[in-house]
Amino acid sequence: MPGKLKVKIVAGRHLPVMDRASDLTDAFVEVKFGNMTFKTDVYHKSLNPQWNSEWFKFEVDDEDLQDEPLQITVLDHDTYSANDAIGKVYIDIDPLLYSEAATVISGWFPIYDTIHGIRGEINVVVKVDLFNDLNRFRQSSCGVKFFCTTSIPKCYRAVIIHGFVEELVVNEDPEYQWIDRIRTPRASNEARQRLISLMSGELQRKIGLKVLEMRGNAVVGYLQCFDLEGESGLVVRAIGTACTLDKLSSTAAFLPACNSPSKEMKEIPFNEDPNPNTHSSGPSTPLKNQTYSFSPSKSYSRQSSSSDTDLSLTPKTGMGSGSAGKEGGPFKALLRQQTQSALEQREFPFFTLTAFPPGFLVHVGGVVSARSVKLLDRIHNPDEPETRDAWWAEIRQEIKSHAKALGCHAVVGYSESTSICEEVCILSASGTAAVLNPRFLQDGTVEGCLEQRQEENLPAGCGFCHIPYDELNMPFPAHLTYCYSCRKQKVPDVLFTTIDLPTDATVIGKGCLIQARLCRLKKKAQAEANATAISNLLPFMEYEVHTQLMNKLKLKGMNALFGLRIQITVGENMLMGLASATGVYLTALPTPGGIQIAGKTPNDGSYEQHISHMQKKINDTIAKNKELYEINPPEIPEEIIGSPIPEPRQRSRLLRSQSESSDEVIELDLSHGKKDAFVLEIDDTDAMEDVHSLLTDVPPPSGFYSCNTEIMPGINNWTSEIQMFTSVRVSRLSNINLTNQTLNKNFNDLCENLLKSLYFKLRSMIPCCLCHVNFTVSLPEDELIQVTVTAVAITFDKHQAVQTTKTHVEKSLQRASTDNEELLQFPLELCTDSLGPHPFSPAKEHLESASSNSGIPAAQRATSIDYSSFADRCNSWIELIKLKAQTIRRGSIKTTVSVEKASPLTEGHFRQRSAPACANSTVGVVKMTPLSFIPGAKITKYLGIINMFFIRETTSLREEGGVSGFLHAFIAEVFAMVRAHVAALGGNAVVSYIMKQCVFMENPNKNQAQCLINVSGDAVIFVRESELEIMSTQQPIASCQPACGGGEIAT
Amino acid sequence: MTNELDIFVGNTTLIDEDVYRLWLDGYSVSDAVGLRVRSGILEQTGATAGVLQSDTMDHYRTFHMLERLLHTPPKLLHQLVFQIPPSRQALLIERYYAFDEAFVREVLGKKLSKGTKKDLDDISTKTGVTLKSCRRQFDNFKRVFKVVEEMRGSLAGNIQQHFLLSDRLARDYAAVVFFANNRFETGKKKLQYLTFGDLAFCAELMIQNWTPGAVDSQVDDMDVDLDKEFLQDLKELKVLVADKDLLDLHKSLVCTALRGKLSVFPEMEANFKNLSRGLVNIASKLTHTKDVRDLFVDLVEKAPGPLGSLHGHAAQLPPAHVPRLRPRSPDARPACPLLGPAAKGGGGRGIPGQPRSSPPRSARSPGPGARTSRPQPPSAPGRLPPGPGSGPSCPVEWGGGGTGSRAGQGNPAPRGRS
Repeated sequence: MPGKLKVKIVAGRHLPVMDRASDLTDAFVEVKFGNMTFKTDVYHKSLNPQWNSEWFKFEVDDEDLQDEPLQITVLDHDTYSANDAIGKVYIDIDPLLYSEAATVISGWFPIYDTIHGIRGEINVVVKVDLFNDLNRFRQSSCGVKFFCTTSIPKCYRAVIIHGFVEELVVNEDPEYQWIDRIRTPRASNEARQRLISLMSGELQRKIGLKVLEMRGNAVVGYLQCFDLEGESGLVVRAIGTACTLDKLSSTAAFLPACNSPSKEMKEIPFNEDPNPNTHSSGPSTPLKNQTYSFSPSKSYSRQSSSSDTDLSLTPKTGMGSGSAGKEGGPFKALLRQQTQSALEQREFPFFTLTAFPPGFLVHVGGVVSARSVKLLDRIHNPDEPETRDAWWAEIRQEIKSHAKALGCHAVVGYSESTSICEEVCILSASGTAAVLNPRFLQDGTVEGCLEQRQEENLPAGCGFCHIPYDELNMPFPAHLTYCYSCRKQKVPDVLFTTIDLPTDATVIGKGCLIQARLCRLKKKAQAEANATAISNLLPFMEYEVHTQLMNKLKLKGMNALFGLRIQITVGENMLMGLASATGVYLTALPTPGGIQIAGKTPNDGSYEQHISHMQKKINDTIAKNKELYEINPPEIPEEIIGSPIPEPRQRSRLLRSQSESSDEVIELDLSHGKKDAFVLEIDDTDAMEDVHSLLTDVPPPSGFYSCNTEIMPGINNWTSEIQMFTSVRVSRLSNINLTNQTLNKNFNDLCENLLKSLYFKLRSMIPCCLCHVNFTVSLPEDELIQVTVTAVAITFDKHQAVQTTKTHVEKSLQRASTDNEELLQFPLELCTDSLGPHPFSPAKEHLESASSNSGIPAAQRATSIDYSSFADRCNSWIELIKLKAQTIRRGSIKTTVSVEKASPLTEGHFRQRSAPACANSTVGVVKMTPLSFIPGAKITKYLGIINMFFIRETTSLREEGGVSGFLHAFIAEVFAMVRAHVAALGGNAVVSYIMKQCVFMENPNKNQAQCLINVSGDAVIFVRESELEIMSTQQPIASCQPACGGGEIAT
Repeated sequence: MTNELDIFVGNTTLIDEDVYRLWLDGYSVSDAVGLRVRSGILEQTGATAGVLQSDTMDHYRTFHMLERLLHTPPKLLHQLVFQIPPSRQALLIERYYAFDEAFVREVLGKKLSKGTKKDLDDISTKTGVTLKSCRRQFDNFKRVFKVVEEMRGSLAGNIQQHFLLSDRLARDYAAVVFFANNRFETGKKKLQYLTFGDLAFCAELMIQNWTPGAVDSQVDDMDVDLDKEFLQDLKELKVLVADKDLLDLHKSLVCTALRGKLSVFPEMEANFKNLSRGLVNIASKLTHTKDVRDLFVDLVEKAPGPLGSLHGHAAQLPPAHVPRLRPRSPDARPACPLLGPAAKGGGGRGIPGQPRSSPPRSARSPGPGARTSRPQPPSAPGRLPPGPGSGPSCPVEWGGGGTGSRAGQGNPAPRGRS
């Protein structure tokens, strides 16, 4: 059922001159939605027309409202010949379709033409009157919110996280239709833009329907991609995570939370960090036992060729439950079953999120990935795109079985991508196998998880590192030790993941961007032969990328990778692999050993000398890196601690690990203080090259840090200056004697130089950190490599940054607790009085008894008990209150006042409420960032998703400043259009911005070029914290407390 | 391996001031890279030449794209493509419209036509300003000229409004436009000692007092052309030379006004007759376009007298600064254009040149005298007598301004002139 779309065309400005004679323009506007078109009057002879049109009203189905974009075309009236189009504006009206987002779209939009770019602006007002439709069989899904952000959006709370949603739609690419031969490229590009706009709308609607089916109300981590398959068509596909979100009308939680006692309380346990043993306050109750014990850290991937896609790895079911029975108590087993059943109901227990509510992530297994090479064929029936669906289903199955093999029942940080060259397509999927807390996954389990929360919050900051796998049944050789934080559970020696660093993880020092880069030559071939060749190459590439990552990680003296993203790109005559990740030193994992070089020909004196020289260089580099990234893990005085690890067991573990050693020889001898070393054998020139390339990576200049995750581990005192940028480079390889080595070197140089350039360009922002550095490689032609980087530079306060690790921990906790509190309906202040008598003391007693069992020296125990029980109590408190709140929300409103009464929270509520008022103070400037937050500011409202697709073409490349000038202008225009749309929605920033596609093609001989860009993000309103504070201090605090409290809860 | 394409686009457009300067100065990318290398930036940042090259190219491309907008600065403010903080926008505009002293002295008073543009090569070689930069500056002059030429209202105000320049720069442009429109000859060797600042100061006073706008703020071209009627009136000044009584009266008024305020007072007093005659002769000829163009040349060549020695002795002049009333009626025209800046708060620019002061002084002979001896009945004929409004602030122009901030202000004393 219907909605009424109302559009008003107000004015235009800076229009181009269309009539050479008068140097003016006779402009009018066509407004089109679906099949209906309205026109404004012609405004004669002006470059700044004032149409002030009536309201054009479209009465349409809400299905159309979701699918169709509003098309606004500005034309120049011509009495004698056809009217000339000046340009177009596409407005996605989706943000107007859900109640909490924008209510009106109103502002200046750049008028865009595929040939001329932006040509003036037009002022448009759009409104939608939507009538509620309760028809169960409706085809629309208005009201489902979409977020690109891959975490729970800041002013929402996740009630349930339902899981994976995916959909794809297929159409013929207008570019390849027969009609293209007679129409202009411009018309064809217009058609493409229109079609993709339409397809995105349709896709979003279909996903929305699935979400409604799952009883969710939002999609988080929504990722939509286009596959330009050429002749075989155009595929638009999307994945996301369906959730039920609750708006935190008490978004105020943020502000008071920052300064609340709860923060200190959370920090205290970690202040003990240098001496991890005090952490073992974890009670050894049955609840505490980990269900799974093993976590292999390596990426685990399989390839399947086009002809053969069966999974050689059979899902090892039963393993998980077996171990649960063995190790866990009865309750745990129950819990486990619950989780499993919750997840097994789903076809794919995947989550596109990369950051989670506290307590969601229990254990992390490691990276799982799958790739498949396919031959594209024509899609015969676009309405039933079975083949494409089947392809992805296959890959997802494989991912699922990999996760199972790692003893995990879910995959988080999941993403999919493709690389297409001619008719060969590589489909890739990757994610992180994980064990999740069932609490968020289904309704009704809430009751049972109160106890569970107690349990899971205890191994502060190390729980997620503990292996989810059975130690005796490892899927592949790995090396395990006891957790360096809690000494209770096993952890792997390194951990690779695709997610962001969990907020409660404790790290030492800072993180850094680690990249593995690789090229492989391939013979040119056709179709089947080509696909086979690629399939054969893939495993080797994966292996080498992995080895490179491992080596570089060791070289940096770190032990974990987050945000790992491996991209394999296929070109005519080569394959490229680029892996980016952020390396960190997790306190819970063992100190990484160095890299040892071993020569194969031992009797050659000079060779030996050379080897030892290299060894020295490597050792120096490691030492330097440790200093650079401030990695100074505390020496663990084994004797003092009275390690809970029994010596004999350790020895036996050692033996086994040695016998299991694979290509990577690992030694560990904790008792003798000797670190495990990573041996590189130099047996040929290739290996030599590898070692050299290891050493060529230059660290960023001082004052710079870089990472590809949301936040830089170890830096938390961000200041408010941010600069998002996109940089594109296309390099031509000299065609002579291309070998893998020269290719590798070229590619390496290209990336390194690009990074150096970025550091240089942004030098005025020092000290700063490049966050969310996202590299994309494509091979547009034979000898061309295109690298696109999008990232954001954020400044931080240097003085605080140079403080000790302790501060870092504190800081990170601050953030953690902030996040925490944002997610919770009732922030932790509620616990400020927790030293006084309160009803949840059983937890405390329970803890005390638990920790007294764990054999910690009395003095240390005293403190640790106190803090942990403290924290624990709070958690249980919150849990309980949250429960209450939920029931309250469903039931009556009035009772809530009593819950709230004594809390200082209402003050915060009040502040927050008045906050949006000052959001308009920074009109004009629209910030863009690939991160989900804006440093120093608070997001108060999400206005809707921005998803835009543009094509730009030129037939006068030289005149426009060559390829660089052309693309530079285009990208600037894309930014401008994104900003204009956000501003029109009433927003002042785009978060989670991503440039998903940047396809550039040129033909210098014909003086032509063309580029397609697809960007997306979330439009938001943010308020500076400083403004918030000013506002809040001015507010009378006590005045309307009860009213506020009640009101907040009611929403 | 060569980079075919290499771009960097920030959400906030990055502007490197140093590179902007190099670009404005007309250096090619490779020259700019060379200059940057020499500035030691590589050592400071540890960057490589390749990085520098790429960075410079990027900035140049950005500037090139911005240039179109800089031609109409209000567009830069309203455009959506480049997100630039307001302070940076102002900087971009101000620097773009800034010009070189050497260049402007060459072009000042010339017709801003294609013909002149062709001579830019020579000017470039002569001044050492790159041809590219010359072109930009010339085009700026021409663009500003075209826009404000036929506009109503204050010249400087219009320029400021349409080009968003600083007050200071807008006034300089007003001078350029005024000179270009009246085609005053400034290129002669004898005038070379005058800086642009000197001439701009004169222009400002002339705009304030000699144009139709000085009388009526609602006329077209009000600040651009000289007031024909006024020039006509100047002919009547001859009576100051011809009539002995008036000459004496004039002298006494002037001397009363300046007594004790000039170090060269005795010379002035002694030579008053010659001085006055020279100035009056120039003034009376200003109805001819040719003579208007040669105004400055004539002042230097033909206005004799010891006044010149005053020059450069600003310190000896009393720093009085008295606000002056503006004449209410056209007839109450200010006696001396010099008063202008004083009225407006003592124009920041010094007064180096006596040429500018002399013509008016003699032209409206009672000028200086009138200022101090306002109560005295006007003795000059016609409308020339110093109206009651002709204020008493004369010394300001002499000393008040001191030296303007323009370089070369301390120009050689214009002794030769007297």
